[in-house]
Amino acid sequence: MIQFVLLISRQGKVRLTKWYSPYSQKERSKVIRELSGVILTRGPKLCNFVEWRGFKVVYRRYASLYFCMCIDGDDNELEVLEIIHHFVEILDRYFGSVCELDLIFNFHKAYYILDEVIIAGELQESSKKAVARTIAAQDSLVDTAKEQANSLSNMIVQATK
Amino acid sequence: MNPFSSGTRLRDMIRAIRTCKTAAEERAVVRKECAAIRAAVSDNDQEYRHRNLAKLMFIHMLGYPTHFGQMECLKLIASSGFPEKRIGYLGLMLLLDERQEVLMLVTNSLKQDLNHSNQYIVGLALCALGNICSAEMARDLAPEVERLLQSRDPNIKKKAALCSIRIIRKVPDLSENFMSPAAALLKEKHHGVLITGVQLCTDLCKASPEALEYLRKNCTEGSVRILKDISNSSYAPEYDISGIADPFLHIRVLKLMRMLGQGDADASDSINDILAQVATKIESNKNAGNAILYECVETIMGIEATSGLRILAINILGRFLSNRDNNIRYVALNMLMRSVVVDSQAMQRHRATILECVKDSDASIRKRALELVCLLVNDTNVKPLTKELIDYLEVSEEEFKGDLTEKICSIVERFSTEKLWYIDQMLKILSEAGSHVKDEVWHSLIVVISNAADLQGYTVRSLYKALQTSSSQIGLARVALWCIGEYGEMLVNGACMLAAEEPVTVTESDAVDIVEVALKCHSSDITTRAMSLIALLKLSSRFPPTSERITELIMQNKGNLELELQQRSIEFSNIILKHKNIKTSLVERMPVLDESTYMGRKEVSSQDVPAVKTSKTAPSEALLNLPNGVKKPPAVYMGDLLDLSSDDVPATKPSTNDFLQDLLGDLAVPVSSGAPLSGGSDILMDLLSIGSPIQNDSSLSNSVSTGAVNSSAVSSLASLSSLTSPSISVSPEASIVDPLRGMDQIKRQPPSTAPIVDLMDGLSNHVVSVAGSEKLDFLPITAFENNSLKTVFSFTKFPGRPQVTQIKATFTNKSLNSYTDFIFQAAVPKVH
Repeated sequence: MIQFVLLISRQGKVRLTKWYSPYSQKERSKVIRELSGVILTRGPKLCNFVEWRGFKVVYRRYASLYFCMCIDGDDNELEVLEIIHHFVEILDRYFGSVCELDLIFNFHKAYYILDEVIIAGELQESSKKAVARTIAAQDSLVDTAKEQANSLSNMIVQATK
Repeated sequence: MNPFSSGTRLRDMIRAIRTCKTAAEERAVVRKECAAIRAAVSDNDQEYRHRNLAKLMFIHMLGYPTHFGQMECLKLIASSGFPEKRIGYLGLMLLLDERQEVLMLVTNSLKQDLNHSNQYIVGLALCALGNICSAEMARDLAPEVERLLQSRDPNIKKKAALCSIRIIRKVPDLSENFMSPAAALLKEKHHGVLITGVQLCTDLCKASPEALEYLRKNCTEGSVRILKDISNSSYAPEYDISGIADPFLHIRVLKLMRMLGQGDADASDSINDILAQVATKIESNKNAGNAILYECVETIMGIEATSGLRILAINILGRFLSNRDNNIRYVALNMLMRSVVVDSQAMQRHRATILECVKDSDASIRKRALELVCLLVNDTNVKPLTKELIDYLEVSEEEFKGDLTEKICSIVERFSTEKLWYIDQMLKILSEAGSHVKDEVWHSLIVVISNAADLQGYTVRSLYKALQTSSSQIGLARVALWCIGEYGEMLVNGACMLAAEEPVTVTESDAVDIVEVALKCHSSDITTRAMSLIALLKLSSRFPPTSERITELIMQNKGNLELELQQRSIEFSNIILKHKNIKTSLVERMPVLDESTYMGRKEVSSQDVPAVKTSKTAPSEALLNLPNGVKKPPAVYMGDLLDLSSDDVPATKPSTNDFLQDLLGDLAVPVSSGAPLSGGSDILMDLLSIGSPIQNDSSLSNSVSTGAVNSSAVSSLASLSSLTSPSISVSPEASIVDPLRGMDQIKRQPPSTAPIVDLMDGLSNHVVSVAGSEKLDFLPITAFENNSLKTVFSFTKFPGRPQVTQIKATFTNKSLNSYTDFIFQAAVPKVH
């Protein structure tokens, strides 16, 4: 089971955090501090796994961002690397060659996508297309709702003129 | 836009925060935004609620408190539109966790949304429930989720399956309800549903034995079919990852198979074939393929697989181990750790490769490999393995040496069969990493040396040579100093030469030289210097010609700033100058240290860690004073003291020399009043030797507690000590005695100071023996006896734990018949 997901920039700034086990606010910031200290200082050719408090943290670097997932001791580390890549590819398709800025300004969208990939610390969908489809469908739902609201307010504006 | 509503857009706020140059600026921006949001919250502003919540989430991510936004989430979730609900649920998952009371308020909204007609709204609710539901919510909403598992929409089904996983993790009792819907999911075609369904089955197996039984019966074939279908399927771009169809599904099915096959021969039998197929078919040139192989090997090792299949798995591991990718090697080591119990023989083949991994540059890999090596050691391979590890010790990084040394020492101690080999290895370790060797390790080395009479000559000569080349290793220096002091003459006269040994010529003054170097070396710590002083004292009697030089060396420390060294220096020079008549007997070789007692105490000290702490309490004061009284060598008034201490002492020997002889020689003095004597003699001997601080502490606590219980001998010891004090202060020998009184002070220093250690060591020896005599009070009793059965109870009390009594029951069958199904029941009165 994935305990939590972290996205940290090379400067140690947090870009996304998702906790599938209960951690208090205090513990959360402690975990982030501790792990960014360990992971950001590891050399480039070392393995992508760090043992930490009886868990394993699998991380992978994409440009300036570190994607980290903390898993149980008996989980498959290599598979988690694939899950990270899976998530990154979906982000990439959604934003069109994703960069750190996309994730900063559209952080909520990154969360929506993550929620379509992982629930309860387990993988939900192995098809990137399927994820893209549900996200697109929900985005369009939002758009129609906005349009309706706009036209409604226009109507009110016109009616009260 | 309404200028009075909460002003900036989300994008603008993020930009404003990003342009901040200092943390203070950022805090100011955030404070302003938070104030605006709070105002909007209290105005119950609806139009911008979702935007405010989005801002709050960003602020939350930066680490600022955002609890005031929690209720906003609930309001958004309760509203009817999809956009509001979407952001509301996201906020709920980010800002709250399952431990917050507020969460309970959302249960009703969740229930409504789970029954909503819009599939995406149902999806949102399932997602939130799956990520943060508490045990209570799980109970309340389980029926809804169960119903949704049978929905027609795959999107809802897969989310419901993951949500069920969360529910049964929180409340395993609910597993029963999910068994049959979970099994039904495995018949689906949609990969998302399959992945989540298989995962749900795996979790059910973990959660309840009944579910495991049910799924074993109903899903074994289904899982085999799924694995067969995907591994034989033609190219499907949607699920393809580097040439393999859906590795995620592969891995999850393999995991489920492991649960089903574990400890069940029939289930294992039906999955053997497909495992063999997967293990041979999957390519291992990409990470995805390796991930599957890794899982497959783990499943083979986990189930009752055929031996052929096991060999296949071991071979895959071998390939992994020799891979150049660090990730692959890491998982291979991990895997080996787990399968070493299954098949240690096969693991041995990879020993060389594993040893290579110990030398890797990656700390994660090194750590794994070292642990694995320790599991692999056995009687046959211990020698080559130790040699490899010690060779590596020379070149390893400084921060890794500590770990490595600890492991090598434990291997050598555990597996050594011959003393020569043990001593050789320890010498090598000490010369390479003597500073990393723990105290108890070199203490036990000294015990071994002291017991190996035929190797002492060889050892002291090797230590001499080693110390010349690597004098900066603290551990080495200490052992060498001890041995040179004890066996100095063997160093010079080359006694007990071993056949393979290279002869060395060492003169008496060479031996003194090396001790002098250790004494004066700036890197030596107090303990090492103190040990050098002791070695010098001993050498002064072993090598009479160097005596003058030694006296001078010792005198140099009379003004040392370290109290400990000053004391020793003054004591020793007094012994040399004023008490030549007793010096020879005083610095005689240490009696052979008792190995079994040492090992026994080592175990006790490692068990009684809390007792060690309590030992440094007030009652120990009286006992601590004791050595001062007993130790004083000129025994003119010593006799008096002893008379005072206990009335039933027959007659203390009047002659100084005789008495000392007795003190030094005969350790087996009669119990009650003779006890202080034997204690004293030990003290005298041990004062001049090294000791083991930790044990001392624990044995001290022993002595304290036994003293508290009943032992009259101990209380007489205490009175002795108090009586001695005044006579010490008036005695002409105060210069000897007084420094020793400082022991009390030193005792509060870190425990590495040797002398008190030994003072107390001797004492504890004695007190323990008193405790031993106490054992006799509990004679074994016959609890039950008739013509067919006899039951005898014998009792043991542990010193230091008076409240614990160990009872050993011995049952003797006196009849000719053999007993079966023998049940022993004991009723014990409750004591509060």
